[in-house]
Amino acid sequence: MIHFENVGLRYGMGPEVLRDLTFDIPKESFQFLTGPSGAGKTTLMRLLFMSLQPTRGLIRTFGRDISTIGREELPLLRRRIGIVFQDFRLLEHLTTYENVALPLRVRGKEEASYRSDVIELLKWVGLGERVNVLPPVLSGGEKQRVAIARALIDRPELLLADEPTGNVDPPMARRILSLLVQLNKLGTAVVIATHDLTLMDRFEARRMILADGRLEII
Amino acid sequence: MSELRDTQDKAGGSGGAAQKRMATVRPTAPIVPPANVSGRALIIVIAIMAFLSCLTAGAVTMVRSTASAWQSQISRELTVQLKPVEGLEMDSALEEIRTAALAVPGVATASIVDRAATERLLSPWLGDDFDIDALPVPRLVILTVDENNPPDYDALRTSISNAVPEAALDDHRAWTDRLVAMARTMSLLGLGILGLILAATAMTVIFATRGAMAGNRHIIEVLHFVGAETGFIARQFQKRFLLIGLKGAGIGGAAASFVFLTLAAWQAMTRATPLNDQATALFGRFLLPWSGYLWIAIVIAVIAAMTTLTSRMTVIRSVREIDRLRADPSLLDFN
Repeated sequence: MIHFENVGLRYGMGPEVLRDLTFDIPKESFQFLTGPSGAGKTTLMRLLFMSLQPTRGLIRTFGRDISTIGREELPLLRRRIGIVFQDFRLLEHLTTYENVALPLRVRGKEEASYRSDVIELLKWVGLGERVNVLPPVLSGGEKQRVAIARALIDRPELLLADEPTGNVDPPMARRILSLLVQLNKLGTAVVIATHDLTLMDRFEARRMILADGRLEII
Repeated sequence: MSELRDTQDKAGGSGGAAQKRMATVRPTAPIVPPANVSGRALIIVIAIMAFLSCLTAGAVTMVRSTASAWQSQISRELTVQLKPVEGLEMDSALEEIRTAALAVPGVATASIVDRAATERLLSPWLGDDFDIDALPVPRLVILTVDENNPPDYDALRTSISNAVPEAALDDHRAWTDRLVAMARTMSLLGLGILGLILAATAMTVIFATRGAMAGNRHIIEVLHFVGAETGFIARQFQKRFLLIGLKGAGIGGAAASFVFLTLAAWQAMTRATPLNDQATALFGRFLLPWSGYLWIAIVIAVIAAMTTLTSRMTVIRSVREIDRLRADPSLLDFN
């Protein structure tokens, strides 16, 4: 699904923050991306999401070399990827329901065609009673789940979650992990960037460990 | 999503009877928030600039129409002057002039200013008791010309002097030329001021729109990252900013129209008062012609279009900037 080959990235004239990364994200796979703070997890997630281009090496996403993808084509390719940002990036004037429905709205779908799906998904993430609530009123864990639901609503082939349990207590973290595992069982490949060892110990999955810009896969 | 329903309980959803109820949702809100502080400030800025632009546009139209009215009024009339000469029978000479003038194509009417009218004209200087026959007072024949088919002035002059050699035709050309020059200068000056005001309005509207858009950059980013195409994002903002532009420019245009209507009503109600006479002498009639209101409508449309276009360009620029950061990571403020 995604293939990295000798990928390196540096910011300006600085040292390479990512070096010689070669790996694959297979379909329907589940992996943790981990490493110490500042190891480049977020940068690697950005590369996976195509919001950055590598300074060297090759990245193939859904069979396409991302350096050849045009500006107009990029949004269409991104629709196959769901992303959960570390800072959620919810629109504060839209309700929980409207935030989750946003990806479908931008695809031009009629509300009647997705309404029940959105409500169902909100129930699935435990926010069935918070449908009409605006983000400023939500707790960190609730915002996190809204962000996850928004990433999932169009059934992406790949889900990228950057520290999805970073703002929640352990029970909520377990619950979010459980949701992502269930999603993976339904066929979505999942990459979770985290430095929470306890979380990783709860589920047996491939671990991609970033250290000093290099990647080790266990 | 039915697969999700099956997994809900396993996932430990906060379930219960309440969750089983079908939630009702509010009518979907627009993607770009309808009103915020910067949006309201933008409406005020646009309203002020539109008011000034429409006021200037209306004033320029009024000046142009007043000037052209003067010009056409003066050039529509010609005067034939007949000075008393020894042995000349004044009344019959005036009649001959009138006949000769009317025979020239393009002369619509010819009327002799009779003795009584001539006395009335002179009475402010000579008093009411003077004897017109005792003074060598010239007599006048006033000709009006067909504006659509004006006469050949040289032929008219020849025809009149053939009939009465002592008669002199005054076509007011010296006055008209001076007035035309003044009217053109006033029009050009007005258009220059209008141009400056419109340029200032354009700059103000563009920068204020950009300022209001700056507060919405996170919306552009989120939409871009959830797979919205640039055209879709631009349309969302265009709709919102078109409304803001129309609202602001509409308020400004309506206020300017109200000023003109109020002044025209005041002028109509206070006719023949010293203040009104003074104002009319200085500024002419405040009655805005239909073309003035057309200009106001055009200014409103242009400002609304400018606001819309600026929001579109800002969206496109923001998306390009995100793409530029993607292609050149060195531009990113890393973490």
